[in-house]
Amino acid sequence: MSTPEQDWKSQKRPFAAVATLPLFWTMLFFLVPMGFVWLYSFGRNVGLTEIDIVGTLDNYKRATEWLYLGIFLKSLAVAALVTLICLIVGFPVAMAITFASEKWRPWLLLGIMLPFWTNLLIRTYALMIVLGQQGLANAGLESLWGMASWLKVVVGMEPLPTWEPLPLLYNNFAVVLGLVYVHLPFMVLPLYSALDRLDKSLIEASLDLGAGHLKTLFKIVVPLAAPGIIAGVMITLIPALGAYLTPDLMGGTDSQMIANVIERQFKRANDWPFGAALSFLLIYAMFILIALQGMRKKVPEVR
Amino acid sequence: MPLFNRTPRAPLEYAKSLWMRGWVLGVMLFLYIPLFVLMAFSFNDSKRNVVWRGFTTKYYGVAWENEQLWNAMMNSLTIAFFATIFSLVIGTLAAVMLWRFRFPFKGAVDGTISLPIIVPEICLGVAFLVFFSTIGWPSALPWPFNMGAIIIAHITFCFPFVAMVVRARLAGFNREQEEAAKDLGASEWQAFRDVLIPHIKPALVSGALLAFTLSLDDFVITFFTSTPGTDTFPVLVYSLVKRGVTPDVNAASTILILLTVVLTAIALKLQGAKALAQTH
Amino acid sequence: MSEPIIQIRNVTKRFGKVAAVDNVSLDIAAGEFFVLLGPSGCGKTTLLRMIAGFEVPTEGQIIIDGQDMSRVPPNKRPVNMVFQSYAVFPHMSVADNVAYGLKIAGVGRAERDERVREALALVSLNGFEDRKPDQMSGGQRQRVALARSLVMRPKVLLLDEPLSALDAKLRAQMQFELSDLQDQIGITFVTVTHDQDEALSMASRIAVINKGEVAQLATPSDLYEYPANRFVADFVGSVNIFEGKLILDEPDKAAVDCPGLGKVYLNHGVTGPHGADVWVALRPEKIYLHVPGEGKAVQAAAKDAPEGHNFARGKIKGMSYLGDITLFEIILDSGAMIRVSRPNLSRHDQEDFTWDDRVSMHWRADSPVVLLG
Repeated sequence: MSTPEQDWKSQKRPFAAVATLPLFWTMLFFLVPMGFVWLYSFGRNVGLTEIDIVGTLDNYKRATEWLYLGIFLKSLAVAALVTLICLIVGFPVAMAITFASEKWRPWLLLGIMLPFWTNLLIRTYALMIVLGQQGLANAGLESLWGMASWLKVVVGMEPLPTWEPLPLLYNNFAVVLGLVYVHLPFMVLPLYSALDRLDKSLIEASLDLGAGHLKTLFKIVVPLAAPGIIAGVMITLIPALGAYLTPDLMGGTDSQMIANVIERQFKRANDWPFGAALSFLLIYAMFILIALQGMRKKVPEVR
Repeated sequence: MPLFNRTPRAPLEYAKSLWMRGWVLGVMLFLYIPLFVLMAFSFNDSKRNVVWRGFTTKYYGVAWENEQLWNAMMNSLTIAFFATIFSLVIGTLAAVMLWRFRFPFKGAVDGTISLPIIVPEICLGVAFLVFFSTIGWPSALPWPFNMGAIIIAHITFCFPFVAMVVRARLAGFNREQEEAAKDLGASEWQAFRDVLIPHIKPALVSGALLAFTLSLDDFVITFFTSTPGTDTFPVLVYSLVKRGVTPDVNAASTILILLTVVLTAIALKLQGAKALAQTH
Repeated sequence: MSEPIIQIRNVTKRFGKVAAVDNVSLDIAAGEFFVLLGPSGCGKTTLLRMIAGFEVPTEGQIIIDGQDMSRVPPNKRPVNMVFQSYAVFPHMSVADNVAYGLKIAGVGRAERDERVREALALVSLNGFEDRKPDQMSGGQRQRVALARSLVMRPKVLLLDEPLSALDAKLRAQMQFELSDLQDQIGITFVTVTHDQDEALSMASRIAVINKGEVAQLATPSDLYEYPANRFVADFVGSVNIFEGKLILDEPDKAAVDCPGLGKVYLNHGVTGPHGADVWVALRPEKIYLHVPGEGKAVQAAAKDAPEGHNFARGKIKGMSYLGDITLFEIILDSGAMIRVSRPNLSRHDQEDFTWDDRVSMHWRADSPVVLLG
């Protein structure tokens, strides 16, 4: 039993003691910087280091040119694809963990979470080693190719042409694979959370009434786990949309995502106002996504 | 029509089905093989480290001597240390503020504090870069103050996570305990210290671990706020990957992976697997 | 009689527009075992919390031991509370829990240890000093909470639903123990409960609270045998209530004509104008049930009432055998329903009646109570 919140006015001293630092910090080191960026997005470069805030919308106009809009949409497409793959790959894993025996479950969870806690750079770099021209992936494929060729010869056919290592890096494929690699744990955990809270007797009831497993899955499990699915999607989609490292390290010249473009404005092109505008467009897009997610009909939770 | 059955099992024992086990195994292999390859290659006796040449542990020695690596590692740990401490304090205060009090614009404040979690890292990084350069943050300070900008940036995006974890723990607090303490004569502060803080201790520990890992792991924000000489480990590895990695980097990475394993195991033990999953 | 230790003067507590406590005035004497009894949401807990200081009255005053508590925060009041959830500190041992208030008050180590030992002995928890709360049962934790409060030697001990979380056997045991404890120490106990058995067995006086107001303030027996209104009559114990008109109104006798029950005669006067609409309350255990052969009931009734009063006839519709008593639901000839409770004085008593039996019943002239509200 707990009493409801107290009004701040009834306890001014404790409230001040608790609230001052967080509010001050958030204001000074979060709102103010974001404010600066917002202001700059209406500015213009004057000279090498000066920026004039003139209230112009030129930056935003330029940001919506096809060149940049295209990259933006492409980033969205890549993020969506990555999210979809993570969802499809991750859902069975989440189910397996949920229904695993008590003995195995902590280990499975540890197994999924460990990569999440491992350094991002290390993970990305490790994947790059595997995908390289002489990396494990190509080596594996090469031996498969060799086996297939040998089989052909045994059967009496012409052997396959010599193996050319596949370009698995520095292209769109690598970026998608890399993003899936990085974000998969993000997707599994909320799914597991939601599935774990599911009342198992609902599944039993469905089976008892004659539905098969797949039908039960789609008609009962998925709708009731929907909040978890949406949480997982949001946790994957939004960071993937703003991903910088993976496309930068693993992508080719045409695999640029929006974050890379923004970075260039600040580090190389020195066009801060434009970069600021792009940044804020990304933030607005993110808010729109969140709003869309919040507008979906909530599935009633039956206790 | 039994979809998954080959051996008899109870209908809900999905984890026993063959294809599900295979799937999970496949995913685990996918996640771990690159890491194992990296760890294996740290023993590779080859400078260019692309093809396996032979087994050696000498690159661990090279890593030990590599000053650049050490500095970067030190920087990362120092930043993470300070960021964790400050995030813990600010995050806990924020959590208590939101849990305990009703005040005007509370919803807006709640949302704003959670924003650093949601806003894409690139935008945060850009914002900090703009901020520090606009206010003229001095860039040539002695160590460790030269990392001040990075530390401030890390604190800003870490403390909302701590707040979230602590708040979850506060939700389960029996208010009557606090009242009991006051009934026995404790002042507001004494009740807070003697009853509330012990209750949130597990959340403080997992919040600290979370903040520490987030800070240690961060690349984008650090990339935008670092100055020459303040490279962190991820930033260093990034520039090396672009230029050409040497095997001693593999060695250092392997050590970091092992460190992560240990920390994760501790975190799991303290909070329990389910609770930890729910905080993410 | 000395000054009451707690004076509640016209206290009202509003949450928004709703008055949880509405203009309540009560005096609680020192050394009493005072119980606030009422259904959930009637405001009794709010009242208790105002005495403790965790809620502030919207209007009115609370005076404890002669001192107005209006500006006194809970940690400075001479009262201590045992919370419904016990609120034992989970991270401290039993001894540390009990010593907590003493520590805050700055009591020295030696005296602290001594008083903790005393308090634990009082609640029979010696030897539990180093236990942690999660290693103890609910009943044991409650004793820790009790000891923790009693060690402070408060003037008043407040208890919020102390027995609600305990199982039936433990509850019965704790009822005795709490009464004994209070006798032993002699301090004032103020308890909140919704369980009327608890209230009746432990209290020296009971205030029945209904929708924020005091429905009746009386000793347990007065409350049970002389309820002031229908709410109290119905809430405390079970009761049969019939409407009727007051047809005889004299200083030493009265009679009511109830369409459902028949003519009811009382051997004492009642307040109320002649011809008024009143209610008659008759407790199930006060009704004598006779096997068919109505002559007996009429005769028995006639012993202390004029002819034609204080008896009724009907048919048994339901029976519940409860071991020590049997409860009957009887449809009277008038169509109204009446409940009768009959002790099973011999081992075969429950075989005396069966469904659909025609029975007659009577009651004594001092059993019914006339209620005006």
